[in-house]
Amino acid sequence: MRLQGKVFKYGDNVDTDVIIPARYLNSSDPAELARHCMEDIDKDFAKKVKDGDIIIGGRNFGSGSSREHAPLAIKTAGISCVIAKSFARIFYRNSINIGLPILVSEEAAENIEAGSEIEIDLDTGIIKDLGTGKTYQADPFPEYMQELIKAGGLIEKVKKEVLG
Amino acid sequence: MGMTMVEKIIAAHTDYDTVKPGQIVNARVDMVLGNDVTAPVAIKEFEKIGIDRVFDKDRIALVPDHFTPNKDIKSAEHAKMVREFAWKYNITYYFEIGQMGIEHCLLPEKGLALPGEIIVGADSHTCSYGALNALATGVGSTDIAAAMATGRLWFRVPETIKFVYSGKLNPWVGGKDLILYTIGDIGVDGALYKAMEFTGEVIENLSMDGRMTMSNMAIEAGGKCGLIACDEKTREYLKDRAVRDYTPYNSDPDAEYAQVIEYDVSKIEPQVAFPHLPENTRPVSEAGHIKVDQAVIGSCTNGRIEDLRIAARILKGKKVHRDVRCIIIPGTQAIYKQAVQEGLAEIFIDAGAVVSTPTCGPCLGGHMGILAKGERAISTTNRNFVGRMGHPESEVYLASPAVAAAYAIKGYIAHPEEVL
Ligand code: SF4
Repeated sequence: MRLQGKVFKYGDNVDTDVIIPARYLNSSDPAELARHCMEDIDKDFAKKVKDGDIIIGGRNFGSGSSREHAPLAIKTAGISCVIAKSFARIFYRNSINIGLPILVSEEAAENIEAGSEIEIDLDTGIIKDLGTGKTYQADPFPEYMQELIKAGGLIEKVKKEVLG
Repeated sequence: MGMTMVEKIIAAHTDYDTVKPGQIVNARVDMVLGNDVTAPVAIKEFEKIGIDRVFDKDRIALVPDHFTPNKDIKSAEHAKMVREFAWKYNITYYFEIGQMGIEHCLLPEKGLALPGEIIVGADSHTCSYGALNALATGVGSTDIAAAMATGRLWFRVPETIKFVYSGKLNPWVGGKDLILYTIGDIGVDGALYKAMEFTGEVIENLSMDGRMTMSNMAIEAGGKCGLIACDEKTREYLKDRAVRDYTPYNSDPDAEYAQVIEYDVSKIEPQVAFPHLPENTRPVSEAGHIKVDQAVIGSCTNGRIEDLRIAARILKGKKVHRDVRCIIIPGTQAIYKQAVQEGLAEIFIDAGAVVSTPTCGPCLGGHMGILAKGERAISTTNRNFVGRMGHPESEVYLASPAVAAAYAIKGYIAHPEEVL
């Protein structure tokens, strides 16, 4: 699968409280959550983001609370993939479970600039900066997670297991 | 080669005899937890599976604690959704207002988190029960939907970092200071994907409440769990509580660790974590003259009886500074009752603090003490992220109940000794 979009870039330790502040957690409506995504560090994010765009973060992206509202808000806002130097573990599993593609690439996260147009091949993990022509190789997913992604997320996988 | 406790616990919940760090396994879980923020999302996912039963009605706990007693109509609707789910599936451990408490204070108190178990909660501070030798870890809502349906979940076996604490604790230094100091040392991703194991004479001598404070904040270093060996103290704590039999797992002497980190605690003084990361710690003597507007004493980190006793020792016979709002939140109904019986509640009220019913409330900027633009709080909670307790331009300083209480009297961040 190929993804293409413009890069929104943030620093290290982007936590789930800034991805979706707790004051909006009295809602679990994905569209409502998406309207407030990232607003404490990037006020106009929800207005600027277009379908397919890509977030690049630094170290420990998605740290903090277990709120699945965070990857859900990012996904519903139209983001097609998050690339980071590393992900906090609950955010990592939540993203995989709900089918938000995430890639770990120290180099891509370091070098690709905000506003760049990039292309991602999810099958190979190759990230291409369309402006500079440079490519980066993201870490491959372990086999178990590839299966989970192929199944369409955790609930789809469980459905098959439980209902045969 | 020996195994660490986390490896043993995971292996015991699979068909494997041994497991290795990095391996991904599908393991049985002993307890599944959700709250009023995360369970509604889980319930929606659960319903997509299309089954009409949960895996075990005695192994699910639902605790509405974040925005309860309901702070507004939307949160009331979430709480209602959780309640109706609990009724529909006859969930044994659903805790209604009047029975509830902050989930991570409540589950240990009710004997629902036991040594050697795997407990998954759609709340990051589920790691608190590591103090009881449980592999307890925060997961997402979809995870608990799957776990409620099947009683199983996927896990990556983590490497373990062993922390050894030795030496004599200084006065007013407790579990909170030890864990803040540790996070200050290794950083907020210092234990990313890893299990933390807290060991040494200091941990052995620490109370169960103090141990839970430490395990509670393992996630603030990125850890999957913060485990402590099961000992006499653990067994004593569980004696009249445990709802099931349990098998503890302690690490083998020749277990392999990713890292061993040793601390001499006699060098540690009360700690304060500055905005906006728990790793921004400083000894209180180097905090400078910081004026704050609000003190919060409570939460799953420090809302237990020992915490309230410490705060009361400092506040007794004194008055909260006139520029300060001091909010005290016992973690559960039982802790609340004990605080009343021991006369702590009276000390707080006489000092000019408010004592609230158990709730997460201000800890996550929910209700009961939200900060305005430019305001600061000192708080015994566990996170000081941007906007955590209110306005994005407000600030949170993390500390122990002793330091928070001392501040409440002084009006600026102070060492507890300065007020006694
Ligand atoms: S007290 Fe705070 S950290 Fe603990 S469960 Fe509640 S919101 Fe989370």
